[in-house]
Parts: sequence; C-alpha cells; structure tokens
Amino acid sequence: MNENQANDLKRFLLKFGHLFGLFIAMAIICLPGFWIVLSSLRPTVEIMAKPPVWIPQSLSFDAYIAMFSGVGQGGIPVLDYFRNSIVISVTSTVIALTIGMAGGYAFARYQFRGKTAIFLGFMLTRTVPGIALSLPLFFVFAKLGIIDTHFGLIIAYVALNVPFTVWLIDGFFRQVPRDLAEAAQIDGCTRWQAFWQVEFPLARSGIASAGIFAFLISWNEFALASQLTRSTNSKTLPVGLLDYTSEFTIDWRGMCALAVVMIIPALTLTFIVQKHLVSGLTSGAVKG
Amino acid sequence: MKGWKPAPHILLLMPAFIVLAAVVVVPLLLSLYSSFTPFRLTRPDTIYTFIGFRNYQRLFADREFWVAFGRTVLLLTVALNLEMVLGLFLALLVEKATRGQRLLRTIMMFPMMFSPILVGFQFKFMFNDNIGLVNNALQSLGLTDQAIPWLIDGKLAFTSILIAEIWSSTSVFAIFILAGLMAMPKEPLEAAKVDGCTPLQSFRYVTWPFIMPFAFIAMTIRSLDIARAYDIVKIMTDGGPAKRTEILWTLISRTAYSDARMGLANAMAYVAILLSILFTVMFFRQLAKARQQIGAEW
Repeated sequence: MNENQANDLKRFLLKFGHLFGLFIAMAIICLPGFWIVLSSLRPTVEIMAKPPVWIPQSLSFDAYIAMFSGVGQGGIPVLDYFRNSIVISVTSTVIALTIGMAGGYAFARYQFRGKTAIFLGFMLTRTVPGIALSLPLFFVFAKLGIIDTHFGLIIAYVALNVPFTVWLIDGFFRQVPRDLAEAAQIDGCTRWQAFWQVEFPLARSGIASAGIFAFLISWNEFALASQLTRSTNSKTLPVGLLDYTSEFTIDWRGMCALAVVMIIPALTLTFIVQKHLVSGLTSGAVKG
Repeated sequence: MKGWKPAPHILLLMPAFIVLAAVVVVPLLLSLYSSFTPFRLTRPDTIYTFIGFRNYQRLFADREFWVAFGRTVLLLTVALNLEMVLGLFLALLVEKATRGQRLLRTIMMFPMMFSPILVGFQFKFMFNDNIGLVNNALQSLGLTDQAIPWLIDGKLAFTSILIAEIWSSTSVFAIFILAGLMAMPKEPLEAAKVDGCTPLQSFRYVTWPFIMPFAFIAMTIRSLDIARAYDIVKIMTDGGPAKRTEILWTLISRTAYSDARMGLANAMAYVAILLSILFTVMFFRQLAKARQQIGAEW
C-alpha cells in the first residue's frame, strides 16, 4: 500500500515537472515576440515609464498608421523598403528555385563522378560569411554600377539560396520512386514529359516549401544588404530597421511596429511549410 | 559540332555552377588577390600595388584581431553546445507531451521565423538598462534596485548576446532532434526495457545513437550560417562597449567600410571564411560518420 502511494506520488511529481518544464520553455520562446507586439500597441509614454507600467492602459494602432502614412510622419520610408523587400525576395526566390530544381534533379537522378565533392562544394560556398562576401561584391558591383539596385541584390540572393534549394529539392526528388518515371517513359513519355507529368507533381509541395525557405532567407538577410544598398532605391526592411537606431533617441514603438510588419509574412509562410522543411532536409542528408 | 550533346546532368548543374562562380567564387578570388595589396576604397589605384603577405603579417601581430578571433570561437563553441543540449531537452519535453503536440511544435518553430537582425533588436529592447523588460521585471520583483547595465558592461553584454543567439537557434536543434525521435522505431526501446535497462541507459545506448545524425544535420545547417551572429551583434552592441564584444565579422565590416582599408579587411575575411569552412567540414564529417553507424544498424 505504502509502496503504491510512493509510486503514485513519484508519477505525479514527474508529470508535474514535465508540464512545468514545458510551460517555462514555451514561455521563454513566446515572451520576446509577445513583448514586441504589445509594445508596438502602447503609447511611448508607457514604454518609457518609470516605475514600469505592467498593465497596458491604452492600446492603439497609432504606430502602424504613422509608419504607413509617409516619411514625414513615421520617420522612415517604410513603404519603399517594403516594396523593395517584396520585389527582391520574390524575384530571387523564383530564379533560385528554377536553378535549384535543375540541380536537385541532377543530384537525385543521375550518377556521376565527383557527385559528393560537387555537393560539398556547393555547400561550402554557403559557408562564406555574408560580411566577408560583401567586400569583393561591393567592389565588383561598384565597378559594374549595380550598387543600390534591385538587380545587384537579386543575383547576390540567388547565389545565396542555390545551395539550399539544391539540397532540399534533391531530398524531395529522392522521395519520389524512380520506377514511376521509368514506367511513364516505357509508356511513351519522353524524359522531359515524364518529369513534368509524374515526378514534378509528386515533389511539388516539397519544392514549394524550398521556395518559401529561400524567400525567408532573402527576406531576412542583413549582412549583404546593409553594404550593397544605399538609399530607398533598394534598401530592404532589415536594413530599414537600422534607421531607427542611428539616431540618438531610439523610437522603440516605431521599431516594434516595423518588427511586427517584418515577422508577419515570415510567420505565415513558415506555418505553411513546417512539415516539408524538416522532411526535405533530413531525407537528403540521412539516407545519403 | 552537330550532334554533340553534353551529358544531361552537366546541363542541369550548369546554371548553379555559373551563378555560384559569378557571385561567390570569382569575387572571392578577387578578394584573395586584394588581400595582398594595400587596397583602400578612397585610393582605387592602390589595388595594383603588390605587397605580398604584409597584410597577413600585420594581422597576425595584431592583438585586437586575435582577441576578436578568440571571442568569435568562444561565442560559437559555447552557443552551439548549449543550443544542442537545450534543443535536446526541448525536443524530449515536447515528444513526451500527450496532448497538443502540434501546437507545441508550431510554437517551438517560432524563433526560427525571426530574422537575426530582429532577434538582435528585440533583445536590445529587452536588455535596455533603463526601460528594458528584464530590468523592469527585476526591479518590480524587488530583486535589485539598480539598473543592471546589460549591454554596457563588457561581460554582461557578451552574455546578453549569447542569450539572444541561443534563443534564436535552439529551435533548429529541437526541431531536427524531434524529427529523429518521431522517426524512431519503438521496438528497440521496448526490447531494452525488457532487458532491464534503466531509462537513462536506454536513452544513452538506444535513443541517442539513433537521433545523433539528426542532431548533426542541425549542426551542419547551423554551421553553414554561423556568421548570422554578425547581425545580432551588429545591432545589439556593434562591437562595443569599447570593443569588448567585437567579433571577427564586426571587426571586418569596421575595417572595410569605416576605415576603408579593404586590403586588410579582405585578409581578415579570409581567416573568417576558413574558420567557417572548418566548422562546417567538422560537422559534415561527424554527420557522415553518424550516418554510417546508423546505416550499419538499419
């Protein structure tokens, strides 16, 4: 009887400990984001208040309205940055995806010499720190006159994303059984047709998630963008965020609002792809 | 030349080759060359003066550079190890949960969506000595009545950066380890239990070897992207106060763009690139080894 009780107590404690740990972990993960959202809705007076005001007294969307109503109001040209970010991220993603599909298909379906070495070589180009790559790119782009243009950032981001898209898409094509395409070819399809009608539809959702992954990398990139952009012609949102800190007084509320604007697209897209992302990266690398 | 057709895989890989060569390899060769010149942005003709290894000599004799180098390695080592351990715990916690696992997994991915620059900013905000959440909370709870200078004191600033870095990247490890845990067959664990293993033993000898490759995938992915710590440091302290949180990458950008000494900065950049490659190759080899081990058991 006594032993039973002790067991029950032990199990209860374990369960309680587990739930408690889970709660703490999730709280730590969520708190910073929650705090930014909350701060973006509070008046500056409350953010700066000493002693701190814990329970918000008044919430409003003033910061967002100010931000999207032009330079004079919000301090920085957020709309321009937003447009630049969208144009650059979308274009570079589409190109990187096309190149990645070709490359990934080659890795998944053909046997050739030096395959691992080439794959590793692709990956090594990705390890070059953005800031280190920005030095020669800055010089080359200045010579070519494509500093502070969309084009310059787009090709830089394509190169940044190609290794990852190749890796991911390789993984997804591996999951499509080889026999299917072969069967289609026996039935009279060309390889090209077999690819588009059999293999591509099966790998499509995976390829879409690779695209979103590439989009997020371009959307969030800072080290290259901070050096290769100069003005509203091509500045992206991450660089724009820095506009707030260069001044002596930081507009915390405006910065929080801009942060929220940056997170929302990323948040939505990541939710859509979360399942495929992990399976793509692991299937390529584990089954090798 | 009619009828000559290159092998399809060459054709398919060609675009990737061209882009990577044009945007990464050729510029890097250029920067390798310029690291042997006293190139300054303000005096473009200096790129034609060849000075041999003088930049590297100056670098290796420069104490500031080695301090930044050591700090970078320290930051990466501590951060990656802690992320791995915390990620493992997080994955185990979530895997054990009986209800709401989908929701928990989604929350777990949350920090991955933040761009590093945003992570830097939000922690700069939270660690602000005057209005930050951390100090406000500590003061309201009566734990301290002073404003702790989180980002102003050198050691505390390093810790703050470390916390930001860990917050942002632990989930990468957690997600991959969780994927490993969920893909794991249940029979070996039951067999271990029947054979009388304690939970700790079965974790050590059954679960851990199985999830190790997944942990190394996460490591490899992280190491491909380690330099993103630059974004965090840049916005949180920008290498300050008085260069006490200066890491390799902030030092490079300062030397290149503020001091306009491109040649010297390129020499530093090469050291940074080699460091990155070293980390990646290290993890990639461990990944291959872990994969082989698992392959033999499967």
